[in-house]
Amino acid sequence: MSTADAPLPPELRTRITDLAQAEHRPRAASVSALTMVQDHFGWVSDAHLAETASLLGMSPADLDGIATYFNLIFRRPVGRHVILLCDSVSCWIMGRDAVCARLQARLGIRPGETTADGAVTLLPIVCLGHCDHAPAMLVDRTLHGDLTAETAEQLADTLRAPTP
Amino acid sequence: MTITDRPLTSMIGLPDGPPDCAAYGRAGGWQAVRRALRDMTPDAVIDMVTASKLRGRGGAGFGTGQKWSFVPKDPAATRRKYLIANADEMEPGTFKDRMLLEGNPLQLIEGMIIAGYAIQAGHGVIFLRGEYHLALNRLNRAIAEARQVGWLGENILGSGFGFEIHVHASGGRYICGEETALLTALEGRRAQPRSKPPFPQVGGLWGAPSVVNNVETLCNLPHIVTNGAEWFVSLGLGPDSGTKLYGVSGRVRRPGAWELPMGTPLRAIIEDHAGGMRDGYRLRALLPGGASTAFLDAGQIDIPMDYGAVEKAGSRLGTGLAILLDDRTCPIGMLHNLEHFFAQESCGWCTPCRDGLPWVERLLNAIENGTGEPEDLDRLHDHARMIGPMGRTFCAHAPGAMAPLASGLKLFREEFDAHIRQRACPLRHAA
Repeated sequence: MSTADAPLPPELRTRITDLAQAEHRPRAASVSALTMVQDHFGWVSDAHLAETASLLGMSPADLDGIATYFNLIFRRPVGRHVILLCDSVSCWIMGRDAVCARLQARLGIRPGETTADGAVTLLPIVCLGHCDHAPAMLVDRTLHGDLTAETAEQLADTLRAPTP
Repeated sequence: MTITDRPLTSMIGLPDGPPDCAAYGRAGGWQAVRRALRDMTPDAVIDMVTASKLRGRGGAGFGTGQKWSFVPKDPAATRRKYLIANADEMEPGTFKDRMLLEGNPLQLIEGMIIAGYAIQAGHGVIFLRGEYHLALNRLNRAIAEARQVGWLGENILGSGFGFEIHVHASGGRYICGEETALLTALEGRRAQPRSKPPFPQVGGLWGAPSVVNNVETLCNLPHIVTNGAEWFVSLGLGPDSGTKLYGVSGRVRRPGAWELPMGTPLRAIIEDHAGGMRDGYRLRALLPGGASTAFLDAGQIDIPMDYGAVEKAGSRLGTGLAILLDDRTCPIGMLHNLEHFFAQESCGWCTPCRDGLPWVERLLNAIENGTGEPEDLDRLHDHARMIGPMGRTFCAHAPGAMAPLASGLKLFREEFDAHIRQRACPLRHAA
Protein backbone atom coordinates (compact mmCIF):
# COMPACT_ATOMS: atom_id res chain seq x y z
CA MET A 1 0.00 0.00 0.00
CA SER A 2 2.05 2.93 -1.24
CA THR A 3 0.16 6.16 -0.73
CA ALA A 4 3.25 8.30 -0.25
CA ASP A 5 3.03 9.73 -3.78
CA ALA A 6 -0.74 9.90 -4.13
CA PRO A 7 -2.03 13.47 -4.17
CA LEU A 8 -3.82 14.84 -1.13
CA PRO A 9 -7.55 14.11 -1.34
CA PRO A 10 -9.56 17.17 -2.46
CA GLU A 11 -11.42 17.24 0.86
CA LEU A 12 -8.13 17.46 2.79
CA ARG A 13 -6.83 20.18 0.46
CA THR A 14 -9.98 22.19 1.14
CA ARG A 15 -9.65 21.81 4.89
CA ILE A 16 -6.03 22.96 4.79
CA THR A 17 -6.87 25.94 2.57
CA ASP A 18 -9.79 26.94 4.83
CA LEU A 19 -7.58 26.71 7.88
CA ALA A 20 -4.86 28.79 6.27
CA GLN A 21 -7.38 31.47 5.35
CA ALA A 22 -8.77 31.59 8.87
CA GLU A 23 -5.31 32.32 10.29
CA HIS A 24 -3.75 35.76 10.49
CA ARG A 25 -1.13 34.50 7.99
CA PRO A 26 -1.36 31.17 6.11
CA ARG A 27 1.94 29.86 7.54
CA ALA A 28 0.41 29.92 11.02
CA ALA A 29 -1.49 26.81 9.91
CA SER A 30 1.77 24.88 9.29
CA VAL A 31 1.67 22.51 12.26
CA SER A 32 -2.09 22.00 12.05
CA ALA A 33 -1.90 21.26 8.31
CA LEU A 34 0.97 18.81 8.78
CA THR A 35 -1.00 17.14 11.57
CA MET A 36 -4.04 16.78 9.28
CA VAL A 37 -1.90 15.17 6.57
CA GLN A 38 -0.38 12.86 9.14
CA ASP A 39 -3.78 11.93 10.58
CA HIS A 40 -4.77 10.84 7.07
CA PHE A 41 -1.62 9.04 5.88
CA GLY A 42 0.13 8.22 9.15
CA TRP A 43 3.18 10.31 8.21
CA VAL A 44 4.23 13.19 5.96
CA SER A 45 5.94 12.11 2.73
CA ASP A 46 8.08 14.41 0.57
CA ALA A 47 5.29 14.68 -1.99
CA HIS A 48 2.69 15.54 0.64
CA LEU A 49 5.03 18.03 2.27
CA ALA A 50 5.53 19.82 -1.04
CA GLU A 51 1.81 19.86 -1.80
CA THR A 52 0.97 21.17 1.68
CA ALA A 53 3.67 23.84 1.37
CA SER A 54 2.17 25.07 -1.88
CA LEU A 55 -1.27 25.33 -0.25
CA LEU A 56 0.28 27.49 2.48
CA GLY A 57 2.30 29.60 0.06
CA MET A 58 5.57 28.33 1.49
CA SER A 59 8.60 26.63 0.01
CA PRO A 60 8.94 22.90 0.80
CA ALA A 61 12.23 23.61 2.60
CA ASP A 62 10.57 26.23 4.79
CA LEU A 63 7.78 23.85 5.79
CA ASP A 64 10.23 20.97 6.25
CA GLY A 65 12.13 23.14 8.72
CA ILE A 66 8.97 23.19 10.80
CA ALA A 67 8.06 19.54 10.20
CA THR A 68 11.47 18.36 11.39
CA TYR A 69 11.51 20.72 14.35
CA PHE A 70 8.55 19.20 16.15
CA ASN A 71 8.53 15.83 17.92
CA LEU A 72 5.07 14.75 16.80
CA ILE A 73 5.39 15.21 13.03
CA PHE A 74 6.71 12.07 11.38
CA ARG A 75 8.73 12.45 8.18
CA ARG A 76 9.23 8.71 7.83
CA PRO A 77 6.58 5.98 7.57
CA VAL A 78 5.23 4.58 10.82
CA GLY A 79 3.22 1.48 11.65
CA ARG A 80 -0.56 1.30 11.97
CA HIS A 81 -0.09 1.96 15.67
CA VAL A 82 2.45 4.23 17.32
CA ILE A 83 3.63 3.64 20.86
CA LEU A 84 5.06 6.75 22.50
CA LEU A 85 6.81 5.52 25.63
CA CYS A 86 7.73 8.28 28.08
CA ASP A 87 11.47 8.49 28.75
CA SER A 88 11.45 11.41 31.20
CA VAL A 89 12.53 11.44 34.78
CA SER A 90 9.54 10.21 36.82
CA CYS A 91 8.90 7.31 34.43
CA TRP A 92 12.62 6.49 34.45
CA ILE A 93 12.64 6.35 38.26
CA MET A 94 9.58 4.09 38.17
CA GLY A 95 11.16 1.60 35.77
CA ARG A 96 10.43 2.65 32.20
CA ASP A 97 13.72 1.08 31.03
CA ALA A 98 12.43 -2.38 31.95
CA VAL A 99 9.15 -1.66 30.14
CA CYS A 100 11.08 -0.51 27.08
CA ALA A 101 13.35 -3.57 27.13
CA ARG A 102 10.36 -5.91 27.23
CA LEU A 103 8.59 -4.08 24.40
CA GLN A 104 11.74 -4.21 22.32
CA ALA A 105 12.13 -7.93 22.90
CA ARG A 106 8.48 -8.69 22.23
CA LEU A 107 8.22 -6.53 19.11
CA GLY A 108 11.71 -7.36 17.85
CA ILE A 109 12.50 -3.69 17.21
CA ARG A 110 14.46 -0.89 18.82
CA PRO A 111 13.03 2.56 19.58
CA GLY A 112 12.59 4.40 16.30
CA GLU A 113 11.76 1.23 14.36
CA THR A 114 8.60 -0.41 13.02
CA THR A 115 7.71 -4.10 13.22
CA ALA A 116 8.13 -6.07 10.00
CA ASP A 117 4.35 -6.57 9.73
CA GLY A 118 3.86 -2.79 9.76
CA ALA A 119 1.74 -2.96 12.90
CA VAL A 120 3.68 -1.04 15.52
CA THR A 121 6.23 1.76 15.73
CA LEU A 122 8.00 2.28 19.05
CA LEU A 123 9.20 5.79 19.89
CA PRO A 124 10.43 7.56 23.01
CA ILE A 125 8.55 10.70 24.06
CA VAL A 126 9.15 13.41 26.64
CA CYS A 127 7.08 13.54 29.84
CA LEU A 128 3.40 12.83 29.09
CA GLY A 129 2.09 14.53 32.23
CA HIS A 130 0.98 11.22 33.73
CA CYS A 131 3.76 11.07 36.34
CA ASP A 132 1.44 9.99 39.16
CA HIS A 133 0.87 6.84 37.10
CA ALA A 134 4.42 6.31 35.91
CA PRO A 135 5.63 4.56 33.84
CA ALA A 136 3.28 5.80 31.12
CA MET A 137 2.86 5.55 27.38
CA LEU A 138 0.57 6.86 24.71
CA VAL A 139 -0.73 4.26 22.25
CA ASP A 140 -2.10 6.26 19.33
CA ARG A 141 -4.40 8.64 21.27
CA THR A 142 -4.92 6.62 24.40
CA LEU A 143 -2.88 7.14 27.55
CA HIS A 144 -1.81 4.11 29.59
CA GLY A 145 -0.26 4.33 33.04
CA ASP A 146 1.08 2.25 35.93
CA LEU A 147 2.76 0.04 33.36
CA THR A 148 4.73 -3.07 34.12
CA ALA A 149 6.72 -5.04 31.59
CA GLU A 150 3.83 -7.52 31.56
CA THR A 151 0.97 -5.07 31.00
CA ALA A 152 2.93 -3.21 28.33
CA GLU A 153 3.63 -6.47 26.57
CA GLN A 154 -0.05 -7.45 26.66
CA LEU A 155 -1.00 -4.08 25.18
CA ALA A 156 1.54 -4.48 22.41
CA ASP A 157 0.15 -7.92 21.61
CA THR A 158 -3.36 -6.53 21.13
CA LEU A 159 -1.98 -4.03 18.61
CA ARG A 160 -0.51 -6.82 16.51
CA ALA A 161 -3.61 -8.99 16.54
CA PRO A 162 -5.07 -9.23 13.03
CA THR A 163 -7.83 -6.72 12.44
CA PRO A 164 -11.03 -7.91 10.76
CA MET B 1 -18.41 30.23 43.21
CA THR B 2 -19.17 29.26 46.76
CA ILE B 3 -16.40 30.22 49.11
CA THR B 4 -14.29 27.15 49.47
CA ASP B 5 -10.80 26.30 50.50
CA ARG B 6 -10.11 24.52 47.22
CA PRO B 7 -11.65 26.72 44.54
CA LEU B 8 -9.66 25.36 41.58
CA THR B 9 -10.67 21.73 41.94
CA SER B 10 -14.11 21.92 43.55
CA MET B 11 -15.79 20.88 40.27
CA ILE B 12 -13.11 18.40 39.23
CA GLY B 13 -13.52 14.66 39.55
CA LEU B 14 -17.32 14.65 39.43
CA PRO B 15 -18.85 11.31 38.42
CA ASP B 16 -20.36 12.77 35.22
CA GLY B 17 -17.09 14.27 34.03
CA PRO B 18 -16.48 17.98 33.45
CA PRO B 19 -19.54 20.25 33.97
CA ASP B 20 -21.36 21.71 30.96
CA CYS B 21 -22.30 25.39 30.86
CA ALA B 22 -25.48 24.93 32.90
CA ALA B 23 -23.91 22.71 35.56
CA TYR B 24 -20.95 25.04 35.75
CA GLY B 25 -23.33 27.93 36.38
CA ARG B 26 -25.31 26.01 39.02
CA ALA B 27 -22.07 25.32 40.90
CA GLY B 28 -21.22 29.01 40.98
CA GLY B 29 -19.53 29.51 37.64
CA TRP B 30 -20.13 32.55 35.38
CA GLN B 31 -20.65 34.85 38.40
CA ALA B 32 -17.22 36.33 37.90
CA VAL B 33 -17.59 37.09 34.22
CA ARG B 34 -20.98 38.70 34.95
CA ARG B 35 -19.48 40.82 37.67
CA ALA B 36 -16.41 41.82 35.65
CA LEU B 37 -18.24 42.70 32.44
CA ARG B 38 -21.21 44.43 34.08
CA ASP B 39 -19.82 46.10 37.19
CA MET B 40 -16.09 46.56 36.68
CA THR B 41 -13.86 48.51 34.34
CA PRO B 42 -10.91 46.65 32.80
CA ASP B 43 -8.58 48.63 35.06
CA ALA B 44 -10.61 47.65 38.12
CA VAL B 45 -10.09 43.99 37.19
CA ILE B 46 -6.34 44.55 36.84
CA ASP B 47 -6.26 46.36 40.19
CA MET B 48 -8.16 43.55 41.88
CA VAL B 49 -5.84 40.88 40.50
CA THR B 50 -2.82 42.96 41.51
CA ALA B 51 -4.24 43.31 45.01
CA SER B 52 -4.81 39.54 45.16
CA LYS B 53 -1.02 39.07 44.73
CA LEU B 54 -1.66 36.26 42.26
CA ARG B 55 1.68 35.10 40.87
CA GLY B 56 2.22 33.09 37.67
CA ARG B 57 1.79 29.36 38.25
CA GLY B 58 3.84 28.26 35.25
CA GLY B 59 7.13 28.43 37.10
CA ALA B 60 8.47 31.98 36.96
CA GLY B 61 6.08 33.41 39.57
CA PHE B 62 5.73 36.85 38.03
CA GLY B 63 2.88 38.98 39.39
CA THR B 64 -0.13 38.50 37.10
CA GLY B 65 -1.62 41.97 37.58
CA GLN B 66 1.79 43.51 37.00
CA LYS B 67 2.28 41.45 33.84
CA TRP B 68 -1.03 42.73 32.47
CA SER B 69 -0.24 46.34 33.42
CA PHE B 70 2.42 46.55 30.68
CA VAL B 71 -0.19 46.15 27.92
CA PRO B 72 -0.59 49.54 26.23
CA LYS B 73 -3.92 51.24 26.93
CA ASP B 74 -3.77 54.20 24.57
CA PRO B 75 -6.47 54.32 21.90
CA ALA B 76 -3.89 53.64 19.19
CA ALA B 77 -3.45 50.23 20.79
CA THR B 78 -7.07 49.21 20.37
CA ARG B 79 -5.96 47.14 17.38
CA ARG B 80 -5.55 43.38 17.76
CA LYS B 81 -4.46 42.12 21.14
CA TYR B 82 -4.09 38.51 22.25
CA LEU B 83 -4.63 36.62 25.46
CA ILE B 84 -2.86 33.27 25.33
CA ALA B 85 -3.26 30.38 27.73
CA ASN B 86 -0.02 28.46 28.04
CA ALA B 87 -1.23 24.86 28.17
CA ASP B 88 2.03 23.44 26.83
CA GLU B 89 2.64 21.45 29.98
CA MET B 90 5.94 19.71 29.22
CA GLU B 91 8.03 20.21 32.36
CA PRO B 92 9.05 16.68 33.33
CA GLY B 93 7.29 15.60 36.50
CA THR B 94 4.41 18.04 36.03
CA PHE B 95 0.80 16.97 35.57
CA LYS B 96 -1.30 19.76 37.09
CA ASP B 97 -2.58 21.68 34.06
CA ARG B 98 -3.84 18.47 32.45
CA MET B 99 -6.02 17.99 35.55
CA LEU B 100 -7.52 21.49 35.13
CA LEU B 101 -7.93 21.18 31.35
CA GLU B 102 -9.60 17.79 31.44
CA GLY B 103 -11.47 18.32 34.69
CA ASN B 104 -13.09 21.71 34.17
CA PRO B 105 -12.38 23.36 30.81
CA LEU B 106 -15.09 26.00 31.41
CA GLN B 107 -13.17 27.34 34.40
CA LEU B 108 -10.24 28.08 32.08
CA ILE B 109 -12.59 29.64 29.53
CA GLU B 110 -14.15 31.91 32.16
CA GLY B 111 -10.67 32.88 33.38
CA MET B 112 -9.63 33.70 29.83
CA ILE B 113 -12.70 35.89 29.24
CA ILE B 114 -11.85 37.84 32.41
CA ALA B 115 -8.18 38.20 31.48
CA GLY B 116 -9.13 39.16 27.92
CA TYR B 117 -11.50 41.79 29.26
CA ALA B 118 -8.86 43.16 31.64
CA ILE B 119 -6.34 43.73 28.85
CA GLN B 120 -9.07 44.40 26.26
CA ALA B 121 -8.00 41.56 23.98
CA GLY B 122 -10.59 40.12 21.65
CA HIS B 123 -8.61 37.03 20.68
CA GLY B 124 -7.89 34.12 22.97
CA VAL B 125 -5.64 31.22 22.08
CA ILE B 126 -5.05 28.04 24.06
CA PHE B 127 -1.59 26.69 23.22
CA LEU B 128 -2.04 23.03 24.06
CA ARG B 129 0.57 20.32 23.89
CA GLY B 130 -0.24 17.90 21.09
CA GLU B 131 -0.16 14.79 23.28
CA TYR B 132 -3.12 15.99 25.39
CA HIS B 133 -5.79 14.39 23.20
CA LEU B 134 -8.50 14.15 25.88
CA ALA B 135 -7.96 17.77 26.90
CA LEU B 136 -8.20 18.83 23.24
CA ASN B 137 -11.55 17.09 22.81
CA ARG B 138 -12.97 18.50 26.03
CA LEU B 139 -11.73 22.03 25.35
CA ASN B 140 -13.16 22.07 21.84
CA ARG B 141 -16.50 20.78 23.12
CA ALA B 142 -16.56 23.35 25.93
CA ILE B 143 -15.64 26.22 23.61
CA ALA B 144 -18.34 25.23 21.13
CA GLU B 145 -20.95 25.08 23.89
CA ALA B 146 -19.84 28.38 25.43
CA ARG B 147 -20.05 30.02 22.02
CA GLN B 148 -23.54 28.60 21.47
CA VAL B 149 -24.78 29.82 24.86
CA GLY B 150 -23.23 33.24 24.30
CA TRP B 151 -20.31 33.23 26.73
CA LEU B 152 -18.01 33.62 23.74
CA GLY B 153 -18.55 35.71 20.65
CA GLU B 154 -19.46 39.32 20.09
CA ASN B 155 -20.97 41.60 22.70
CA ILE B 156 -20.91 39.19 25.65
CA LEU B 157 -23.76 39.94 28.13
CA GLY B 158 -24.49 43.10 26.15
CA SER B 159 -21.28 44.62 27.48
CA GLY B 160 -19.87 45.54 24.10
CA PHE B 161 -16.89 43.28 24.80
CA GLY B 162 -16.34 40.40 22.40
CA PHE B 163 -14.00 37.47 22.85
CA GLU B 164 -13.19 34.36 20.83
CA ILE B 165 -11.03 31.38 21.76
CA HIS B 166 -9.36 28.83 19.55
CA VAL B 167 -7.09 25.95 20.44
CA HIS B 168 -3.69 25.39 18.88
CA ALA B 169 -2.46 21.81 19.27
CA SER B 170 1.33 21.97 19.30
CA GLY B 171 3.67 19.74 17.33
CA GLY B 172 5.56 19.13 20.57
CA ARG B 173 8.73 20.86 21.80
CA TYR B 174 9.52 21.75 25.43
CA ILE B 175 10.80 25.20 24.49
CA CYS B 176 7.30 26.19 23.35
CA GLY B 177 6.50 26.67 27.04
CA GLU B 178 8.85 29.68 26.95
CA GLU B 179 6.47 32.50 26.11
CA THR B 180 8.37 34.06 23.20
CA ALA B 181 9.07 30.64 21.64
CA LEU B 182 5.36 29.91 22.02
CA LEU B 183 4.52 33.06 20.05
CA THR B 184 7.01 32.09 17.33
CA ALA B 185 5.41 28.64 17.11
CA LEU B 186 1.94 30.20 16.75
CA GLU B 187 3.25 32.23 13.81
CA GLY B 188 4.19 29.02 12.01
CA ARG B 189 7.94 29.12 12.52
CA ARG B 190 10.52 26.96 14.27
CA ALA B 191 9.86 27.71 17.91
CA GLN B 192 12.97 29.64 18.83
CA PRO B 193 12.76 32.18 21.63
CA ARG B 194 12.91 35.89 20.80
CA SER B 195 15.03 38.57 22.40
CA LYS B 196 13.27 40.97 24.75
CA PRO B 197 12.46 43.84 24.40
CA PRO B 198 9.99 44.12 22.86
CA PHE B 199 8.14 42.25 25.57
CA PRO B 200 5.10 40.26 24.44
CA GLN B 201 2.76 42.68 26.22
CA VAL B 202 3.89 45.34 23.74
CA GLY B 203 4.97 43.36 20.67
CA GLY B 204 3.85 39.74 20.89
CA LEU B 205 1.90 37.59 18.45
CA TRP B 206 2.14 39.11 14.95
CA GLY B 207 3.65 42.16 16.66
CA ALA B 208 0.45 42.85 18.59
CA PRO B 209 0.21 43.28 22.38
CA SER B 210 -0.07 39.79 23.86
CA VAL B 211 -0.23 38.29 27.32
CA VAL B 212 0.76 34.67 27.91
CA ASN B 213 -0.55 33.22 31.19
CA ASN B 214 -0.32 29.68 32.53
CA VAL B 215 -3.49 27.58 32.74
CA GLU B 216 -3.50 27.40 36.55
CA THR B 217 -2.97 31.17 36.77
CA LEU B 218 -6.00 31.81 34.54
CA CYS B 219 -8.15 29.31 36.42
CA ASN B 220 -7.69 31.35 39.60
CA LEU B 221 -9.26 34.46 38.08
CA PRO B 222 -12.97 33.60 38.32
CA HIS B 223 -12.54 32.90 42.03
CA ILE B 224 -10.63 36.11 42.70
CA VAL B 225 -13.26 38.22 40.92
CA THR B 226 -16.13 36.44 42.66
CA ASN B 227 -14.72 36.30 46.17
CA GLY B 228 -12.38 39.25 46.21
CA ALA B 229 -8.68 39.91 46.56
CA GLU B 230 -8.69 39.77 50.37
CA TRP B 231 -10.26 36.32 50.36
CA PHE B 232 -7.60 35.12 47.93
CA VAL B 233 -4.79 36.53 50.05
CA SER B 234 -6.27 34.86 53.13
CA LEU B 235 -6.08 31.40 51.49
CA GLY B 236 -2.27 31.34 51.63
CA LEU B 237 -0.49 30.19 54.76
CA GLY B 238 2.49 32.53 54.30
CA PRO B 239 3.52 35.46 52.15
CA ASP B 240 2.00 34.06 48.93
CA SER B 241 -1.71 34.10 48.30
CA GLY B 242 -4.21 31.55 47.05
CA THR B 243 -4.04 27.81 46.71
CA LYS B 244 -1.63 25.78 44.60
CA LEU B 245 -1.78 22.46 42.85
CA TYR B 246 1.05 20.56 44.51
CA GLY B 247 2.08 17.08 43.51
CA VAL B 248 4.52 14.26 44.05
CA SER B 249 5.90 11.58 41.74
CA GLY B 250 8.47 8.89 42.46
CA ARG B 251 8.48 5.99 44.90
CA VAL B 252 5.83 7.25 47.29
CA ARG B 253 2.74 5.34 48.38
CA ARG B 254 0.21 7.63 46.70
CA PRO B 255 1.65 9.71 43.87
CA GLY B 256 -0.74 12.48 42.85
CA ALA B 257 -1.60 16.17 42.81
CA TRP B 258 -3.67 18.07 45.36
CA GLU B 259 -4.97 21.60 45.70
CA LEU B 260 -3.60 22.93 48.99
CA PRO B 261 -3.02 26.35 50.54
CA MET B 262 -0.04 28.18 49.09
CA GLY B 263 2.82 27.70 51.53
CA THR B 264 1.88 24.17 52.63
CA PRO B 265 4.99 22.53 54.16
CA LEU B 266 6.83 20.20 51.81
CA ARG B 267 6.87 17.52 54.49
CA ALA B 268 3.07 17.56 54.74
CA ILE B 269 2.76 17.21 50.96
CA ILE B 270 5.12 14.23 50.86
CA GLU B 271 4.05 12.47 54.06
CA ASP B 272 0.37 13.30 54.51
CA HIS B 273 -0.84 13.62 50.94
CA ALA B 274 1.54 11.32 49.05
CA GLY B 275 1.58 8.86 51.97
CA GLY B 276 5.35 8.93 52.46
CA MET B 277 7.93 6.68 50.84
CA ARG B 278 7.04 3.12 49.89
CA ASP B 279 8.28 0.33 52.15
CA GLY B 280 11.95 -0.32 51.59
CA TYR B 281 12.69 3.12 50.17
CA ARG B 282 14.07 6.21 51.84
CA LEU B 283 14.01 9.76 50.50
CA ARG B 284 17.45 10.78 49.19
CA ALA B 285 16.73 14.15 47.52
CA LEU B 286 14.07 15.85 45.42
CA LEU B 287 13.39 18.36 42.69
CA PRO B 288 10.68 20.57 44.24
CA GLY B 289 9.05 21.94 41.10
CA GLY B 290 9.99 20.07 37.95
CA ALA B 291 13.12 19.05 36.06
CA SER B 292 14.52 22.58 35.83
CA THR B 293 14.61 23.22 39.59
CA ALA B 294 17.66 22.55 41.78
CA PHE B 295 17.82 19.49 44.05
CA LEU B 296 16.91 19.82 47.68
CA ASP B 297 18.35 17.38 50.19
CA ALA B 298 16.08 15.02 52.13
CA GLY B 299 16.92 17.06 55.24
CA GLN B 300 15.41 20.21 53.72
CA ILE B 301 11.77 19.18 53.56
CA ASP B 302 10.71 21.26 56.55
CA ILE B 303 10.16 24.33 54.40
CA PRO B 304 6.89 25.86 53.26
CA MET B 305 6.32 25.46 49.53
CA ASP B 306 6.14 29.14 48.64
CA TYR B 307 8.20 31.12 46.16
CA GLY B 308 10.48 32.80 48.73
CA ALA B 309 11.09 29.85 51.02
CA VAL B 310 12.05 27.44 48.25
CA GLU B 311 14.36 30.03 46.74
CA LYS B 312 15.98 30.60 50.13
CA ALA B 313 16.55 26.85 50.37
CA GLY B 314 18.49 27.05 47.08
CA SER B 315 15.92 26.00 44.53
CA ARG B 316 12.71 27.27 42.92
CA LEU B 317 9.03 26.55 43.50
CA GLY B 318 8.75 25.99 39.74
CA THR B 319 5.53 24.19 38.89
CA GLY B 320 5.09 22.99 42.49
CA LEU B 321 5.13 19.31 41.56
CA ALA B 322 8.01 17.48 43.20
CA ILE B 323 10.02 14.57 41.79
CA LEU B 324 11.43 12.34 44.52
CA LEU B 325 14.73 10.50 44.31
CA ASP B 326 14.86 7.45 46.57
CA ASP B 327 17.92 5.80 48.07
CA ARG B 328 17.80 2.84 45.66
CA THR B 329 17.84 4.91 42.48
CA CYS B 330 21.17 6.23 41.18
CA PRO B 331 21.46 10.03 41.37
CA ILE B 332 23.94 10.07 38.48
CA GLY B 333 21.51 8.03 36.38
CA MET B 334 18.77 10.50 37.26
CA LEU B 335 20.97 13.45 36.28
CA HIS B 336 21.83 11.71 33.03
CA ASN B 337 18.12 11.23 32.30
CA LEU B 338 17.42 14.91 33.04
CA GLU B 339 20.28 16.21 30.90
CA HIS B 340 19.32 13.89 28.04
CA PHE B 341 15.93 15.61 28.09
CA PHE B 342 17.39 19.12 28.12
CA ALA B 343 19.95 18.32 25.41
CA GLN B 344 17.27 16.83 23.16
CA GLU B 345 14.86 19.71 23.72
CA SER B 346 17.38 22.52 23.14
CA CYS B 347 16.07 24.52 20.19
CA GLY B 348 19.58 24.72 18.76
CA TRP B 349 19.57 28.47 18.27
CA CYS B 350 22.51 29.45 20.48
CA THR B 351 25.79 27.55 20.63
CA PRO B 352 26.38 27.26 24.40
CA CYS B 353 23.07 25.47 24.83
CA ARG B 354 23.10 23.46 21.59
CA ASP B 355 26.66 22.16 22.11
CA GLY B 356 26.98 22.41 25.88
CA LEU B 357 24.00 20.30 26.87
CA PRO B 358 24.91 17.24 24.73
CA TRP B 359 28.45 17.49 26.13
CA VAL B 360 27.07 17.39 29.66
CA GLU B 361 24.90 14.43 28.72
CA ARG B 362 27.88 12.49 27.31
CA LEU B 363 29.97 13.17 30.42
CA LEU B 364 27.20 11.95 32.71
CA ASN B 365 26.65 8.89 30.53
CA ALA B 366 30.35 8.02 30.73
CA ILE B 367 30.42 8.42 34.52
CA GLU B 368 27.26 6.35 34.96
CA ASN B 369 28.68 3.60 32.74
CA GLY B 370 32.02 3.44 34.53
CA THR B 371 34.21 5.14 31.93
CA GLY B 372 34.31 8.56 33.59
CA GLU B 373 37.57 10.27 34.59
CA PRO B 374 38.14 12.60 37.55
CA GLU B 375 38.61 15.51 35.08
CA ASP B 376 35.07 14.93 33.84
CA LEU B 377 33.82 16.41 37.09
CA ASP B 378 35.75 19.60 36.32
CA ARG B 379 34.10 19.75 32.90
CA LEU B 380 30.67 19.36 34.51
CA HIS B 381 31.45 22.11 37.02
CA ASP B 382 32.67 24.30 34.12
CA HIS B 383 29.36 23.89 32.32
CA ALA B 384 27.32 24.65 35.41
CA ARG B 385 29.42 27.78 35.96
CA MET B 386 29.48 28.91 32.32
CA ILE B 387 25.94 28.33 31.08
CA GLY B 388 24.12 28.13 34.41
CA PRO B 389 23.74 31.86 35.11
CA MET B 390 21.03 33.74 33.25
CA GLY B 391 22.30 35.85 30.38
CA ARG B 392 25.00 33.52 29.07
CA THR B 393 22.57 31.84 26.69
CA PHE B 394 19.71 33.22 24.62
CA CYS B 395 16.93 32.02 26.95
CA ALA B 396 16.41 30.25 30.27
CA HIS B 397 16.61 26.71 28.84
CA ALA B 398 20.29 26.10 29.66
CA PRO B 399 20.10 27.74 33.11
CA GLY B 400 17.13 25.48 33.82
CA ALA B 401 19.15 22.46 32.68
CA MET B 402 22.08 23.45 34.90
CA ALA B 403 19.97 23.86 38.06
CA PRO B 404 19.72 20.12 38.84
CA LEU B 405 23.33 19.56 37.66
CA ALA B 406 24.96 22.28 39.78
CA SER B 407 23.04 21.25 42.89
CA GLY B 408 23.58 17.55 42.11
CA LEU B 409 27.34 17.98 41.83
CA LYS B 410 27.38 19.24 45.42
CA LEU B 411 24.77 16.93 46.86
CA PHE B 412 25.95 13.72 45.19
CA ARG B 413 29.71 14.31 45.48
CA GLU B 414 30.28 10.91 47.09
CA GLU B 415 28.23 9.11 44.47
CA PHE B 416 30.14 10.84 41.65
CA ASP B 417 33.47 9.87 43.21
CA ALA B 418 32.35 6.28 43.78
CA HIS B 419 31.32 5.88 40.13
CA ILE B 420 34.68 7.12 38.90
CA ARG B 421 36.71 5.18 41.49
CA GLN B 422 34.88 1.88 41.05
CA ARG B 423 34.52 2.34 37.27
CA ALA B 424 30.89 1.26 37.57
CA CYS B 425 27.57 2.39 38.96
CA PRO B 426 27.56 1.16 42.56
CA LEU B 427 23.79 1.34 42.58
CA ARG B 428 22.64 -0.20 39.33
CA HIS B 429 19.25 1.30 38.76
CA ALA B 430 16.73 -1.27 39.94
CA ALA B 431 13.85 -1.91 37.58
